[in-house]
Amino acid sequence: MSLALTNDTKLPEVVPPLTRREATDEALRCYYCYDAPCITGCPTRIDIPRFIHQIATGDLSQAARTIMDANILGATCARICPTEALCEAQCVRVQDSRAVSIGRLQRVAMDHAMEHGTPALPQLEEGRGRVAVIGAGPAGMSAAAHLARRGYAVEIFEQKEEGGGLDTYGIVSYREPMRVSLFEVETVRKLGVKFHFGRKIDALQDFRTLQEQYDAIVVAIGMGKVPKWGIPGEDLPGVYDALDLVEQTKTRPLSDITLGPHVIVVGAGNTAVDAATCAKRLGASDVSILYRRGEAAMPAYRYEYEFAKQDGVIYRWWTMPIAIEGASRVEAVRCVKTQVRTGDPSDRQSPLDIIPESEFVLPADTIILAIGQEKNAGIGQMIGAATHRGRVVVNESTYETSIKNVYAVGDCLAPFGEAMVVQAVADGKMAAQAIHERLRKTMAPQKGEKHG
Amino acid sequence: MADLSVDFAGIHSPNPFWLASGPLTNTQYQVMKAFDEGWGGAVWKTVGEPVINVSSRLGAIDYGGRRMMGLNNIELISDRPLDDNLREIAEVKRLYPGNALVVSMMFESVASVWRDMVKRVEDTGADGIELNFGCPHGMSERGMGSIVGQVPEYTETITRYAAQATSLPVIVKLTPNVTDIRPPGRSAVSGGAGALSLINTINSVMGVDLNTWRPLPDVDGQGSHGGYCGPAVKPIALHMLSSLYNDPGIRVPLCGIGGIETWRDAAEFMLLGASVVQVCTAAMHYGFRIIHEMTEGLNDYLTERGLSRVADLVGQAAPRIGGWKDLRLSTSFQVVAHIDPATCIGCNLCVVACDDGAHQCIDRPSHQKAPVVREEDCVGCNLCSLVCPVPGCIAMNPVDKGYIDTWSGHELPAQ
Ligand SMILES: Cc1cc2nc3c(=O)[nH]c(=O)nc-3n(C[C@H](O)[C@H](O)[C@H](O)COP(=O)(O)OP(=O)(O)OC[C@H]3O[C@@H](n4cnc5c(N)ncnc54)[C@H](O)[C@@H]3O)c2cc1C
Ligand SMILES: Cc1cc2nc3c(=O)[nH]c(=O)nc-3n(C[C@H](O)[C@H](O)[C@H](O)COP(=O)(O)O)c2cc1C
Repeated sequence: MSLALTNDTKLPEVVPPLTRREATDEALRCYYCYDAPCITGCPTRIDIPRFIHQIATGDLSQAARTIMDANILGATCARICPTEALCEAQCVRVQDSRAVSIGRLQRVAMDHAMEHGTPALPQLEEGRGRVAVIGAGPAGMSAAAHLARRGYAVEIFEQKEEGGGLDTYGIVSYREPMRVSLFEVETVRKLGVKFHFGRKIDALQDFRTLQEQYDAIVVAIGMGKVPKWGIPGEDLPGVYDALDLVEQTKTRPLSDITLGPHVIVVGAGNTAVDAATCAKRLGASDVSILYRRGEAAMPAYRYEYEFAKQDGVIYRWWTMPIAIEGASRVEAVRCVKTQVRTGDPSDRQSPLDIIPESEFVLPADTIILAIGQEKNAGIGQMIGAATHRGRVVVNESTYETSIKNVYAVGDCLAPFGEAMVVQAVADGKMAAQAIHERLRKTMAPQKGEKHG
Repeated sequence: MADLSVDFAGIHSPNPFWLASGPLTNTQYQVMKAFDEGWGGAVWKTVGEPVINVSSRLGAIDYGGRRMMGLNNIELISDRPLDDNLREIAEVKRLYPGNALVVSMMFESVASVWRDMVKRVEDTGADGIELNFGCPHGMSERGMGSIVGQVPEYTETITRYAAQATSLPVIVKLTPNVTDIRPPGRSAVSGGAGALSLINTINSVMGVDLNTWRPLPDVDGQGSHGGYCGPAVKPIALHMLSSLYNDPGIRVPLCGIGGIETWRDAAEFMLLGASVVQVCTAAMHYGFRIIHEMTEGLNDYLTERGLSRVADLVGQAAPRIGGWKDLRLSTSFQVVAHIDPATCIGCNLCVVACDDGAHQCIDRPSHQKAPVVREEDCVGCNLCSLVCPVPGCIAMNPVDKGYIDTWSGHELPAQ
């Protein structure tokens, strides 16, 4: 499936870039703290005060270097990181004013780099060896970039036609335009990483071959497909998995996607917000989100919730679908009302009861399921690595699996629901560092030899 | 990668950024930490006969919500025992042979004292000495510091005491508290200085507390004049630096000091003649870590401009600073303001500035937001473009009348 880059202009970014003046003003709000709390809020440990200071003094290219040195996906993270919950939550200015807009400032620097070229990155201690990475999402690209900067020969095997993983195929364009993700793929390529697209590694034999040819392997395959839900009518035409729908908006002309006027989204996480706001932009007039619990238990971030409401999305709380109905395609969804049996209504573990005789029917042209991805234990089982509760087990500091020299990073490790790009990038970087630590001992560079 | 290393009066330094003598260079711990962060060199806190300090010691002025635009201090030279200082200096030099380590000194004006002290500093292995003829408070009341720097004969005499006693490069640090920096500069050179550094701090009183009527900073209610530094003093330092660089009587390398906070500041000092720069206030404000941005930015700047070495910048802009009498008079050349209506936001700051503070040549047409300059009346003073909050909105366009007219041409021939 080729990419529909022109959809970037049809689904323009919701958050506008800061103007040059806004950027300077905002940068000057930063106190340039020492040992700054915001840095501890960032899994990749970007030196935030430094890059903001560089923006304040007009050194945008240097600011981009500071960011990319720590986080090669700085442009993506500037847009889709839940900064309110990470760096900005730690900003000292929360105490005397409001947090510095770190994410939007990061975007200023990264936009500059996208426009004027990426700065050369600081040199890192070099090593020597060959590394294979499976999956070209944020986690795999981060590991690959870091190793390439250290002079390793790195090759990525990716099942899809392009890199970027969910950044390219799963994030709605009005939050991160496709060109941003592709810029990052290009950045990683320029660091010397070799991409092999259309290469799915899903047979043990493929994996064994990689093991023979490379000194280390990084598994970065993300989460699996959304599981079947198990209610009647789920397979009717007109029922979408949220991720599939988003992927369509990134790979097909928008005019090919017809949802009809009445759209119902099931689930109340961040993905549901993406699905609902996407449906609005694709022309649906009436979009509602059904959630079997109340507002207090909603897993979406506050700003996502606000965004959905601003778009006119209607929330129906304490509502649980029990069947999707329709003759040859979706026509309606049958629901019941729920309530908490015991315990705190804001606790997602509290048991629910169906309210007797509460059944009702909502008409719908399209149903979008946003009920979460599955853990990807598949490859772990295939290669024989230890797994626990459906995910690959790794050493906490090195990310090595139970198989020597095989590492796993990113969403394929993430506990359900906590997946973030910035965590995937941090994982990738840390695994790369561990690989370097291992390989530099075993394979000291030979004098005068050039590589990378 | 450009080559940031420099040779300054025979002192090698991995980059042109040094810490100035002051609270940052008081101890071995600090100087080693600074070298680890990337500073090329350091000038040790002025050593001398031990003193006793007062408390408090610093005052600052904030401007437009930003802190410490200017800093003032009434701190004296090092209050640590001389032996401790010298032992630590030797230790730092032993551990960091590649960094430039200069020892700032201030002693009473007695030749034998200087001879002995210079020898002791030499024994530490330090790369050079800096004579503090600049401290404008406290020490000056004891016949040292700026009292020396303000009298060219004293400057020459004491420089000679030190220079004759050592083979190390002697840098004389000048005080800006003079009407013309050149005579003391020349005297230092004739006394044997291998280099000059400037500026030390400028005499100042920071302010008065409106509730208590106490001066700032105060020592139990009483204040004294103190040395002013920080971003606010940079233009004064640039002036003094360029006038020394352009003086034919001064053929020694110069070290620029005063208000340097970013690599851009440093590059300006270099373009006006500094081979090396020293930083005090900015590092006191933000810590040694600012060196990263400084070396990174300077390196990128040199690389972008195709320059391979720092030395390629030194003095390049200095010839452009000369006498007023050689400037073209507005009879032959002027600039005229132009307000871009597309970017004007309609704040009218240029209007009021021109009307009240300049030449009444900006009109406000009723049909549009943007004011318009009456070009035939504009004298080209720049004020409107300086007050305009929108970058690039007011351009000052040159109008060249095609001939040269300067005040020199109007002067009567010398009698
Ligand atoms: C709808 C949605 C919205 C999101 N919004 C945000 C957000 O706002 N902010 C945020 O921080 N995070 C968000 N996330 C989460 C974020 O996208 C992930 O955490 C991140 O992409 C994880 O990176 P990864 O590299 O581990 O996995 P992925 O991005 O999933 O990349 C895995 C890659 O591996 C490839 N692959 C899989 N199996 C194989 C195989 N066998 N052989 C070869 N290649 C293979 C895949 O094709 C893919 O390219 C969102 C996720 C979704 C689904
Ligand atoms: C608190 C303080 C103490 C200082 N002590 C000394 C000193 O002992 N010897 C000296 O030569 N200069 C001393 N200085 C002056 C600085 O070295 C420097 O010349 C001056 O501050 C200008 O640089 P800046 O604008 O970067 O601060 C001191 C400055 C400050 C702020």
